[in-house]
Amino acid sequence: MIVLEVSNIRKNFENTEVLKDISFELAQGEALSIIGSSGSGKTTLLRCLNFLEKPDGGKIKVNGKLLYDGDDHTRFSEEEIRERRLNFGLVFQSFNLFPQYTALENVTMAPLLAAKEGKKGERDSAIIENGKALLDKMGLSDRMDNYPHQLSGGQQQRVAIARALALNPNILCFDEPTSALDPELTGEVLKVIKELSIEKTTMIIVTHEMAFARDVADKVIFMDEGVIVEQGDAREVIENPKEERTRQFLSRYSEG
Amino acid sequence: MFITVTLSLLEGFLGTIKLFGLTLIFALPLGLIISFGSMSKIAFIRYPVKFLIWIIRGTPLLLQLLIIYYGPGIVFSNNIWGSGEGGRFIAALVAFVINYACYFSEIYRGGIQSIPIGQYEAGDVLGMTKTQIFFKVILLQVVKRIVPPMSNEIITLVKDTSLARVIAVYEIIWNGQTFIKSAGIIWPLFYTGVFYLIFSGGLTLLFRYIEKKLDFFR
Repeated sequence: MIVLEVSNIRKNFENTEVLKDISFELAQGEALSIIGSSGSGKTTLLRCLNFLEKPDGGKIKVNGKLLYDGDDHTRFSEEEIRERRLNFGLVFQSFNLFPQYTALENVTMAPLLAAKEGKKGERDSAIIENGKALLDKMGLSDRMDNYPHQLSGGQQQRVAIARALALNPNILCFDEPTSALDPELTGEVLKVIKELSIEKTTMIIVTHEMAFARDVADKVIFMDEGVIVEQGDAREVIENPKEERTRQFLSRYSEG
Repeated sequence: MFITVTLSLLEGFLGTIKLFGLTLIFALPLGLIISFGSMSKIAFIRYPVKFLIWIIRGTPLLLQLLIIYYGPGIVFSNNIWGSGEGGRFIAALVAFVINYACYFSEIYRGGIQSIPIGQYEAGDVLGMTKTQIFFKVILLQVVKRIVPPMSNEIITLVKDTSLARVIAVYEIIWNGQTFIKSAGIIWPLFYTGVFYLIFSGGLTLLFRYIEKKLDFFR
């Protein structure tokens, strides 16, 4: 079943075309990796899906429901944007945990606020239990009451993943989740993402970890200068790229 | 004599504290409003506010006191502040509030702008409202960052209140000075320094406590 349909997304910053006619689909339970050099538009694409940037054209559909339509010029209220973006979760490169809250509070804060507004009928105790379970799953059961500055980068990023999962997004997005980490800490984060993919969490992962993309993702998209150069089965694209530009890009990684 | 002087200075110090306290009560929130104005996306709001901040920070508070007290009388040929002691106090309070609100606004602005954009974006993608993000996520981080510059400014305010005597608002220095004429002694004037020291010492301890309290996160 197709969860996400992105068609003809365009985005300009000033006079630079950052995204040119981006289209792809994502099925339920699939993990998609987006690879490409810096400035290729990968992050901007994720930010458009999460409504942190407004595309200049194209369509975004989730579960058949049109979330963004470039031809429709009615302006959304803050409320409508909030509701739409909750289809997606986003894990940032720099974690962006809230420093004055403990790991558990970071995870439960948004669901508790939503429950207070009466959006979901969940009880507060259930939300907190769920938050604990998520942190437990991230291997952080002994770190729930620690503040972010007391945690390592890898632990902080795992809290951030639990925080995104706590809202049950249809699609979980990762924006270079290990790029801000020391090399010895990337493994623990990649491991939990891998576990999520085994559980069939629908995910989009922008990453520079080629081996990880090949082994964990079902599909890969290679982007360059704002266009999708090649997309397909992860192993196929990374091991036998058809396009010259993909080959060049990947060769830089195998050498490095 | 010492007791007479001490009592008189204590009475004057009440005036000092009244001006200090009321200035804070009004200038702290007004400063926040001014800081929002100076960060407004609307140029019609931003530029006039920045202009006001420039004027207030660019001229002496002493001059502002004189202009606010005497200015309306010259322009409207009638003293809007009233003639009595109360009127002079209100005029001084208005001058202090405007002056300190402008300084505070710049401290708030610095604090708010120093919060990484990622904090707002994290709140956004978690479906929080702008108000929730500001009050639940941003505000305490801003408070933590502005406590040191604020404590500086507030301790300066304790001493700046002595400027109010140019428009004959009774405060501690005013009372100390009267002993020069009435009794021919100058030490009561020097003695006022002790009151300032004790009060600002107390404030220093208070701010140190607040900083400690906010030390639980970074």
